[in-house]
Parts: sequence; structure tokens; C-alpha cells
Amino acid sequence: MSTIVLLTLTGLGLGALYFLIASGLSLIFGLMDVLNFAHGAFLAIGAYGTWWASEYLPGAGPDGFGFLLAVAFGVAAGTLAATLVELCVIRPLYGRHREQILATVGLSLAVPALLQAVWGADPLPFPRPDLVSGTVGVLGVNVPRDRFLLILAAVALFTALWLFNARTRYGLIVRAGVQDRAMVTALGIDVRKAFTLVFAIGGAAAALAGALGGLYFGVVTPTQGLSLLIFAFIVVVIGGTTSLTGCAVASLAVGLVQQFANYYTVAGLGDIAVVVLLALVLLTRQGGLAARKSAERVA
Amino acid sequence: MTETDVTAKAPKPGPAEPGSQSSDARARRRVPGWAVPAAVLAVALTLPFSTLSLPGLFEGALNGPPALHLLATCLVFGGLATSYDLLYGRVGLLSFGHALYFACGAYAAALLMSVLDLPLVWAALLSVLGGTLMSLALGAVSLRVNGIALAMVTLAFAQAGSILVARDPGRVTGGEEGLSLDTDHVPDALVGVVDTVNLYWVAVAYVAVSLAVVWWLDASPVGRVWRGIRANEQRVAVLGVNPYPYKLAAFTVSGGLASLGGVVYLLVAGGVTPVVTTAEFTLTLLVMVALGGAGTRWGPLVGAALYTYADHRLLQLGGSDAFAALPAWIAAPLAQPLFVLGALFVLMVFFFPGGVVALPGRITSALRDRRGPAHTKEAA
Repeated sequence: MSTIVLLTLTGLGLGALYFLIASGLSLIFGLMDVLNFAHGAFLAIGAYGTWWASEYLPGAGPDGFGFLLAVAFGVAAGTLAATLVELCVIRPLYGRHREQILATVGLSLAVPALLQAVWGADPLPFPRPDLVSGTVGVLGVNVPRDRFLLILAAVALFTALWLFNARTRYGLIVRAGVQDRAMVTALGIDVRKAFTLVFAIGGAAAALAGALGGLYFGVVTPTQGLSLLIFAFIVVVIGGTTSLTGCAVASLAVGLVQQFANYYTVAGLGDIAVVVLLALVLLTRQGGLAARKSAERVA
Repeated sequence: MTETDVTAKAPKPGPAEPGSQSSDARARRRVPGWAVPAAVLAVALTLPFSTLSLPGLFEGALNGPPALHLLATCLVFGGLATSYDLLYGRVGLLSFGHALYFACGAYAAALLMSVLDLPLVWAALLSVLGGTLMSLALGAVSLRVNGIALAMVTLAFAQAGSILVARDPGRVTGGEEGLSLDTDHVPDALVGVVDTVNLYWVAVAYVAVSLAVVWWLDASPVGRVWRGIRANEQRVAVLGVNPYPYKLAAFTVSGGLASLGGVVYLLVAGGVTPVVTTAEFTLTLLVMVALGGAGTRWGPLVGAALYTYADHRLLQLGGSDAFAALPAWIAAPLAQPLFVLGALFVLMVFFFPGGVVALPGRITSALRDRRGPAHTKEAA
């Protein structure tokens, strides 16, 4: 019983981390049809930004309020990077999906290499505030506290995105754009502003995932982004690209399946189980669990 | 050396070149279609006999082991990129799982030799057969979906393979360290620094096979259907041709060529590491193909050779004295080949779509436009 509680909570934590990455990816892909390989780069920028701020930024530090400031700095860096990428790289290639994918692939190779050039390839120890270090007892099990922080962040992001989608004018434009971009443009709305906005939101979420992922893994490395990105892609495809809920459900499913399969079978089989899950979903229900729109849109 | 020759000669016979019709037709009459491949092959075959030394470009003489080894590596990746381009450039299928078949060839051959004590020929045959069958089976499943979904399914299969290799079940795959070539079962002519030239021959043979298969299939009726699928798959289906078996054929041939490449890589590199199983490796293949020019005759080979060459040389330059003179904030990023290549690639996507092999054509047309503005007016 205690094992199941532990596995569920850690699986939820992992799923929350996936959700932080996949929500942005899913929004970007849903609205713009861009398979954003640079998302892992935003994550790495967020992680390194947080680490750098906690070491060198005055006012920020590895603990308490200083750590919050460091995370804010990392998220700001990721958001800025995402906005710049959208404005300088994605926008000029608008309508040419293959080139957009190629450009983000180039970025996904270049940015981690740049980070490696500046801070080295070795894992850097990530600051760990007292509040989220150690474990807390739940139903007689000791669960690491950072998992709860991840779950909390994912719930907050889900709520914020949901409110944004349901209650704001830009959310309305984004939702309409996901359904029919051409129609939104025809109605006289500059949908490209929504593109930039969505990229910024995705970048912020990815950077937050980078900062919290640093807590989760205890270290930051330049290539952490791409390995997480692959699972985020899997989540996006399983969850479909049209609904936030689908993305959240898929994140949790992937996180839980991975944790349980890794524990009850050979380590490593959990990751493969996720792949099998993806293949099954794709082959039985094209376009993901929640989507009605087909996934066959890239030229 | 070979690369520059290829870039210089490639556009001449290209029938797709949008140059001025009359001069092109004349050039085509003068130079038969087999001339350029024959010339390139001749250069490739004579290269190991030249004692030419190119100080800035290669270490030592051209027929010395370091230069030949670098050339052989370039050629292996050239052949591999050609096989990837069969999917990406010619049929328009975006697969992110090509590394799987390459790694399958390399790992299977290494294991067959070390575990089952098979001689090289049998190990190579069996592993290529295995790789081909695997791509047939996985392709049959993955090709039921299209577009991004296909990219994701192939990525997922490759990721499963990558995880499997990294986890090292039963201590067979060697985990992070990979496997080294078991030299007992390899003919003596392919072992040792002195025999680098023989490895070079093997690499040349692989590229020749890869290019020949791709060109031959592309010129056959199957190739015409592939071009149709790339342009508009729905239309092909409406015309009464089921695209699925054609796509599966491309997937299988490409996977088979990739696993053959894996075997050659195992010989040339003297071993295999899990790096070749990763998604990054497939991404670099995509970069190579797009760098050279997707769907063109020489593009993938040129792109892969340039990429591999730059990757090696930048790494060497990074440790050289020339870099020590630069300030640290410039030198450090420049010493990262992936940073330079990735950034260059992004610029390339912007300013030179069509890749390196399209450059001469673009330059000539730009020059012609400047010389005769009447032409441009006509075109507009």
C-alpha cells in the first residue's frame, strides 16, 4: 500500500513536470502547427538562468525569498528567449512548416552547445531551498517535498491557462485560432500577435519546468532539455493538441505509467512502456485521446 | 577534396536546374549523364594514391591515416544521409527514427561477431537482413499514420531502442561505453592504422551502393510514384495507386541501407557508442540532408561530408593556438562545433533554402539577373 502511495505521488510529480513542458508545446503546435524542437532550449535557459541568478544575482540566493527571485529571473530569461525566437526565427518563415521545424532543430542543437561553452558540460549542482528539501510523511510514506512543489506549479499553470483561455479576449483568439486560423484572420484579427503571446507563454512554462526540473534532478546539464522534450512530445501526441485537459490527462498518464512500470518491472522498461502507450494510442485513435482534428497537417 | 569536386560539378547535368534552357541543353549534350558520377568516383579512387598535403584542410598528407580516416567517416555519413534523404527528400516522409536502423546494423554486427563468433561477412549479412526486416516491420506499423504523427511514432520507436541500448540488458550492449570491434573476426586487412586505406575503400563502396540504389529506384516507375506522393499523396490515391506499399518500400530500402551503413561505421570507427542511437543523431542527419539539399542527387552526400568534416575540424581548431589568442567569450562558443553548425544551419534555412548544391544555380541566376535586366522583366 505504502509503495503504491509513494509511486502515485512521485508519478504525479513527474507528470506535473511533463505538463509544464507539454502545455506550451501543445499550445504552440495547436495554434501554429510548429513542432517546436527549441522548447528544450527554453527549458535549459530557464534552468541555467535560475542557477546563475541564485549564485550571482544580488538579492537572489539559494534559499527562501532569494530562490523565488532566482526562479523569477530564470522564467523571465526563458520568456525573453521564446519571444525572441518567435519574432526573429519563426515569424519570417510563417507558412513554411518544414523550414520552421528545421530552424528550431538548428536552435535545439546550438543553444545547449552555447550553454555548454559558457558553463561546461559537467552537471552543475542546483540550489535546494530548505522548504523543499527532505521528505514529508503522507499516509506513512516519506515523499520528497519537491514533488509537491511540482504538482502545485502544474496545478497553478493549469488554472492560469484555463482562466486565460476561458476568460480573456486573447484566450478567445487563441482558441479560435486553434480551430480555424484562416477564419480568425479573415475576421480582421491579427493572429500573429497571438502567436508571439503563445510562444512567450510556452517559453515561460518551459523555463519554469527547467527551474523546477533542476530541483527534481538536483543538477542542471545542457542536454537535460532534449531528453525531457521527447517525453513531452509523446504527451502532446497522446493528449492531442486541441485541449488543455487532454494534455493534463496525458501528462499524468505518462508520468504514472513510467513510475509504476519502472518500479514493478526492470528499470528502463517504464520508458519503453510509455512508447508502447503512444504507439497504441496513435494506431487506434489517430490524433490523440482528446482531439478530433487530425494530426496530419505538416507539409 | 572530394566534397569540393562534387559541389563544383554537381549542377551541370542536373535536369531540374532552372537555368537558361538553351545553354543547359548544350551542356547536357556535351556531358553525358554518367560522366559526373564517373569523374567523382575516379577522384575518390585516386585520392589515396596522392601524397598531396593540404596543410589548412587535413592533417598530414592526403594518403596518411588521419586524413583518410576523416574522409572515410565523411563518406559513411554521406551514404547514411543519402539513405535518409530517400525518405525525407524523395518521398516526403519525416522520420525521426533513422538512427535506430543505423544503430541496429552496427550493434547487431558487433554482437554477432563477439557473441556468436561469426566471421565479418556473415555478421554483416545477418545484421543488414535484421535491420531491413526491422524497418519493414516497424514501417508497416508506423506508416499507418502520416505527417507529425509518423514523426512521433518513429521517434518513439527509436527512443525505445535508445533506452534499451543505454540500459544494457544482460550486459550485452555495453551501456554508455558501447562496444568495440572484435578484431579476431575481422580480416587483417581491415584492422590497424596502416590499413586505413582499406577502410576508405569500404566507405567508398558503401557510398557507391547507397547512391546507386537511390538513383536507380528514383529513375524507376517506383520513383515516379514517390515523387507523386511527395507532391500530393491524396491525389496519388485518387488516381488509383495505393501509396502505402510504395511508402513501405521506401522505408524498408532506406532502413536496409542505414543498417549497412551501421556495419561500415562499426568497421571505420572501430566500435560503436550509444550516441548513434539517440534522437540527436537523427536530428543531425536531418541537418546534413537539409544542409546539402534535400531530394537532390548529390545534396545529402555533400551536406553530410561538409557537416562531418566541419564537426571534426572545429573540434581540432578549438584546441589549437589560433583560438588561444581570441578572447574567451568568443573562443568558447566557437570551440563548440554544434553551436557553430546549429547557428549556421539556422542562417542557412533562412538565406539558402535548397542547400549547398543549389548555391551555384542561385549564384548564376543572380549574376544573369544583374547582367540582363530585360530577362527579369520578362519573368515578372
